Amino acid sequence: MPHTHPETELHNPQSTKPPLDPHLKALENEAIHIFREVAAEFERPVMLYSIGKDSSVLLHLARKAFYPGRVPFPLLHVDTGWKFREMIAFRDEMVEKYDLDLVVHTNARGAAENVTPFTHGSALYTDIMKTEALRQALDAGQYDAAFGGARRDEEASRAKERIYSFRTPDHRWDPRNQRPELWNVYNGMIRKGESVRAFPLSNWTEVDIWRYIQAEEIPIVPLYFAKKRPIVERDGMMILAEDPRLELLPGEAKREEVIRFRTLGCFPLTGAIRSNATTLDDIISELETATVSERQGRAIDRDQAGSMEKKKREGYF
Amino acid sequence: MTAPAIATAALDETAVAHPLQETARVARDSRPLRLITCGSVDDGKSTLIGRLLWDTKAVKEDQAASLQRDSKGKQNDLGLPDFALLLDGLQAEREQGITIDVAYRYFSTDKRSFIVADTPGHEQYTRNMATGASTADLAVLLVDARVGLLEQTRRHATIATLMGIKQFVLAVNKIDLTDYDRSRFEQISHEFKELALSLGVRQVTAIPVSALKGENVVYDGRASMPWYEGPTLIEVLELATTRSAQTVGFRLPVQRVSRPGESFRGYQGTVAGGSVKPGDSVVILPSGMVANVTKIVTFDLVRNAAVAGDAITLVLDRQVDVSRGDLIAAIDSQPMTGLAFDAQLVALQAEGIQPGKRYWLKSGSRRQRVQVQPISQLDLKSGKWNHADELPMNAIGKVHLSFDEQAVFDAYEQNRTTGAFILIDPDTNNTVAGGMITAKRAAIGGIHTEDSRVILSLPADLADQLMATEIFAGRREEAEVRRVTAAKAIEIIDTIDE
Ligand SMILES: Nc1nc2c(ncn2[C@@H]2O[C@H](COP(=O)(O)OP(=O)(O)OP(=O)(O)O)[C@@H](O)[C@H]2O)c(=O)[nH]1
Ligand SMILES: [Mg+2]
Repeated sequence: MPHTHPETELHNPQSTKPPLDPHLKALENEAIHIFREVAAEFERPVMLYSIGKDSSVLLHLARKAFYPGRVPFPLLHVDTGWKFREMIAFRDEMVEKYDLDLVVHTNARGAAENVTPFTHGSALYTDIMKTEALRQALDAGQYDAAFGGARRDEEASRAKERIYSFRTPDHRWDPRNQRPELWNVYNGMIRKGESVRAFPLSNWTEVDIWRYIQAEEIPIVPLYFAKKRPIVERDGMMILAEDPRLELLPGEAKREEVIRFRTLGCFPLTGAIRSNATTLDDIISELETATVSERQGRAIDRDQAGSMEKKKREGYF
Repeated sequence: MTAPAIATAALDETAVAHPLQETARVARDSRPLRLITCGSVDDGKSTLIGRLLWDTKAVKEDQAASLQRDSKGKQNDLGLPDFALLLDGLQAEREQGITIDVAYRYFSTDKRSFIVADTPGHEQYTRNMATGASTADLAVLLVDARVGLLEQTRRHATIATLMGIKQFVLAVNKIDLTDYDRSRFEQISHEFKELALSLGVRQVTAIPVSALKGENVVYDGRASMPWYEGPTLIEVLELATTRSAQTVGFRLPVQRVSRPGESFRGYQGTVAGGSVKPGDSVVILPSGMVANVTKIVTFDLVRNAAVAGDAITLVLDRQVDVSRGDLIAAIDSQPMTGLAFDAQLVALQAEGIQPGKRYWLKSGSRRQRVQVQPISQLDLKSGKWNHADELPMNAIGKVHLSFDEQAVFDAYEQNRTTGAFILIDPDTNNTVAGGMITAKRAAIGGIHTEDSRVILSLPADLADQLMATEIFAGRREEAEVRRVTAAKAIEIIDTIDE
């Protein structure tokens, strides 16, 4: 497929936007630098695309980094089969709109054995359908570098991770032995089978993400905005009740609430929040007065202390 | 949602009230200030940052609840939570009660935003301290008020200075354990200011601090230390300056060449100094070819200028050979090009730095082979540079770098990007040193040591002119001069090359 960009196209119509503030500009510059460095140093990079807000920002930055060229690597979506329906629709729309290469991988073994968040518990389910699935997909594609949208402000073990995070051939992270990472001089030297996870959004906070989405008019999944939706309450979380596979337990009842999601993952494991935030402005001001962190709505982080570190060591993103 | 209620209940309200969540609007008219905490083991670095996060309301209720839960059994005499647990996020760190790797955290006041790197005090993990220091604008150096300056304090102060940090805060911590002893504070501040001066640092603010109790961190400690009238830590941080890309001229390390179609060819990279605009003349190094800038392309618009820090795509007016690793520079302010450079470095891995071993050197986007010859090592106690043939782990040393192919650098003093490099061990692929270029050396590699000689073959008239100069005449007796035919000279030199 030819992708010629005549010089006349260089005047992007989006140029009517006001310039970014210096804070966001510095974060954007850093992320673009990382994208270009990885794309130049590695043979087979791939970008993990989870369809959430961070992935949306990541994708936008990738497009900026390689403009006027096309994004020079595929996107990889590890589909557990339990994502929100609106996420999948949004994913396909983006791929179409921006002319992207998308690889979708589902753990066939897990699916065949009918591993679900309901039957196997969130820990085992995540292990098989996300961590193991990711390892399978990375091996199958022989990717030597994988971009992820993780931010250091998300969780205490993430706060320790390098921008180039080295992984052994079996995808393990050794937090006690990370390579030094000085200035913005990244060490991308690896042996065959080893790989690097690269995190262009390392230094972004949740507020930065939202401000950037607003400033750059980045499309996101509508589930982030408040709307009246059917929910059911379970384990102290409000779960979206639109998927026919969600079976109500004794004592549970479906009801409608005005809710939105602060993070998006697998719908049975992601708690909604009560909110009236229907615009980006609303979301940002809600965030600035929020009293709980964003990961609070995620069941998988609550399984055990240090659970994120443990998952990461095993190859989770 | 029930969790916030649990979170509040779990807090021991008598011990420490979680600060009320207020709207924390972030000032965004500048880039964030990057700072590190450093100093010796257990001096309270993580506790200080934990306190800073707590008191600037960067800790959310669910995180506060986890902190309270995890602090159980580790409670100090004061019944306060173990604030260091907000930073020490690895299992091994929590088990051992120490910091192993650098943690990056983000917080803001209504005046500005901050990126803080909490670094480990253990000598074994100096590499992780250096990682944090390399990008910092300011260092908060901690000292335990009961103990005073240690060798590790000196090491961290020295590494921070080498890496170009010019603003220091000396936090004399655990002052509560000295009964708020003013003379102790003054004695340590005095001692440190002498060290700072010897390192060439002039900007030092000394503050008596109790990280644990939060005195002079965000809130002042007047109740316990009426004798201290200076600023709190946060006040100093709010006023500190971010490092600008101080540099001589325009620099663009080329990361990749963008060729999306026949009609477009652009050079992508992040401006590492100076500024550029269409029409500027530039030189491509090391090749030395010259071209003019026609366009600066970004996703949003074709720009009429770009400055240090901007990630851009540059279009030139003619077909020149430019590839990844090249440096595009201002024609009237060029960096140094050569085969031999002087540098200072910090050895970061157990194998140290071996003389004569060939390493990979990466600087900007360029990676090339280098041979490293250690010259001297800094003795932290005396501040003297002692002769050294190799550098053990954690050593700070001066070295000679020799390249097979032309290398391009600025002095680190002048440019923190084009003057910085890392060394990679080709056997392990690990990063084994971080280095700073100090100067270019005589262009002929490896001949600069005391007992080396150079055989020059020159036209006779040029030789006569050189010998007539003052510098030559002054050392005439050290030189041996023979007059031969041109053919004979070639023959002699050829035998040397064999
Ligand atoms: N009384 C008192 N204790 C303190 C103070 N600051 C820190 N501590 C205690 O000192 C111990 C060490 O604190 P940390 O913050 O872990 O020290 P650190 O400098 O981060 O240690 P490393 O990162 O391992 O080098 C902890 O038990 C703290 O509670 C203080 O101001 N007063
Ligand atoms: Mg610590």
